[in-house]
Amino acid sequence: MTTDTLTPAPAPEVSAPVRHLQRRKGTNLAMTIVLSLAAALTVGVLLWVLGYVAAEGLKYLGPEFLTNTPPGNPADLGGGFLNGIIGSLEVVGIATALSVPPGIAAAVFIVEYGGRIASTVSFLTDVLVGLPTIVTGAFVYAVWVIRFGFSGIAGAIALALVMLPLVIRAAAEMLRLVPHELREASLALGVTRARTIVSVVLPTARSGIITGVMLAVARAMGETAPLLLTALGNDLFIEADPTHRMSTLSLQIFGNAITGFKAAQARAWAGALTLIAIVLLFTIAARLIGRTSRVGGR
Amino acid sequence: MPTPTEPGTSRPRAMASLPAMRQPAHRPAPAATVNAGGARLDIANLSAYYGARKAVQDVNLVVEPKQVTAMIGPSGCGKSTVLRCVNGMHQTIPGARAEGAIDLDGVNVLSDQVDPVRLRRRIGMVFQRPNPFPTMSIYDNVAAGLRLGHRGRRTPDLDAIVERALRQANLWHEVRDRLKAPGAGLSGGQQQRLCIARALAVQPEVLLMDEPCSALDPISTLAIEDLIFTLREQYTIVIVTHNMQQAARVSDVTAFLTVPAVGEPGRLVEVGPTSRLFSSPTQKATEDYITGKVG
Ligand SMILES: Nc1ncnc2c1ncn2[C@@H]1O[C@H](COP(=O)(O)OP(=O)(O)O)[C@@H](O)[C@H]1O
Ligand SMILES: [Mg+2]
Repeated sequence: MTTDTLTPAPAPEVSAPVRHLQRRKGTNLAMTIVLSLAAALTVGVLLWVLGYVAAEGLKYLGPEFLTNTPPGNPADLGGGFLNGIIGSLEVVGIATALSVPPGIAAAVFIVEYGGRIASTVSFLTDVLVGLPTIVTGAFVYAVWVIRFGFSGIAGAIALALVMLPLVIRAAAEMLRLVPHELREASLALGVTRARTIVSVVLPTARSGIITGVMLAVARAMGETAPLLLTALGNDLFIEADPTHRMSTLSLQIFGNAITGFKAAQARAWAGALTLIAIVLLFTIAARLIGRTSRVGGR
Repeated sequence: MPTPTEPGTSRPRAMASLPAMRQPAHRPAPAATVNAGGARLDIANLSAYYGARKAVQDVNLVVEPKQVTAMIGPSGCGKSTVLRCVNGMHQTIPGARAEGAIDLDGVNVLSDQVDPVRLRRRIGMVFQRPNPFPTMSIYDNVAAGLRLGHRGRRTPDLDAIVERALRQANLWHEVRDRLKAPGAGLSGGQQQRLCIARALAVQPEVLLMDEPCSALDPISTLAIEDLIFTLREQYTIVIVTHNMQQAARVSDVTAFLTVPAVGEPGRLVEVGPTSRLFSSPTQKATEDYITGKVG
């Protein structure tokens, strides 16, 4: 072998790359335009939805809406969704308490312990994510409501079943992102596996897990179908006892929207905007909590 | 933002005002530790497997206390595997197992009777890439082994232990006024010394270092090598390196491992005093490696 191989390539081969280069530039430009349009379209649709709900909702959303129950006759003007707001916070709160601890535990089992059972759990989780929520509601109706009646608790159980696979999947994803080196560092210090998970792995994944939980909460906030069969709804008065049938924002939006009355539809839009605002507030709060929990806020 | 209510994090500040009446700079605080100069390791006929695949075979190596033993050899020859067998980290990998014996003070650490958690408190480890806990402050990183370990959070004098470990790791003067800052905010070399301090805080007898400088720049490498030199007074040190100059600089004894042929398990070829091994290796494979003909 000599330096012969390093001599420049003959002329015809030089012109070929130039043609290639121009074509590549053209493709690049075309793709850039296509992708920008797709991105603009997506963002545009989202903004349209949000803007529409905001415009319609703001027509009625106000102190009266936030401090009253709906009028007895849905055709009447006035009234509000206070009972629904209380019901949503309560039912989703209970559902969160029911689903988050076992969800995180299952994620820890899947990621940290592995094995055949863990991959089965993981597979079942993926199946459950796709389960239509009306089916979840029917299931809770069959095994709970028939025996104990409609209640906020029954609604919370149905929502917890909706949230559980979402929490498991999000938490497992975050746990997988924790570098293996950190677990090794902890084990090598003579820390037990369990303590490593509690004190090193979970804190490292914490802000990501909180974000995942918030997505599940947001999803539960908007769920209506499973609640129709469990919490049922109650538009007459404020009900804070979860062992009784309860209203939620989503149920009231649904109930008011399907009436033909202008006044009821105005309340439904205001309710929709309230729902979005609550989810937004929770998300912001979760971000703040997730951030301040980290040393130095990196 | 550090949470002010967290136990222990308010103490470092009080501690930071003390050092004036302590001893002069650069001297590691005298170790009032239980280990009088580390422990002896006797590795006999060690073979290690990953599933059905044998990674190293028949390694025999005695590691003396108060000495630095270096393991050199080409990548993939099983240096890390041998090292990780010593503190039971090898066995944490699913399907991995080891045969033979590693004697530490009359106990075979490979036996089922040995609790790996206790074992690892006697044998500290430093990894190739600095891996401080990202959610913890500098102080909490050093204290982690004690806080999270058997002794729980009731360890008295945690401040003193943290300070001593940081001094031993030559890091105290760089971090004494920011103990509450995140450990991940330090430079790579500082992070690695933080990891050394974290290992030392548990007061091990043996310190295993797996290519501790391979991710660091030359200046940081020098700092770690200086540190190894002072630590050998108190600990049994085993360092894996693929940098032969480093082995020659820091170690008293060098072991050379290699893979005899592709696909075969790694073997220990030769072990001896570092100067002898580098000046007059007895094995052809060793000579080829240190003269740069292979690897
Ligand atoms: N986790 C693992 N699973 C399977 N094989 C491994 C694993 N770690 C290392 N090995 C294999 O064991 C052999 C020795 O690896 P290692 O001890 O890391 O070598 P070194 O540290 O000398 O570079 C290599 O052939 C490597 O492929
Ligand atoms: Mg290695």
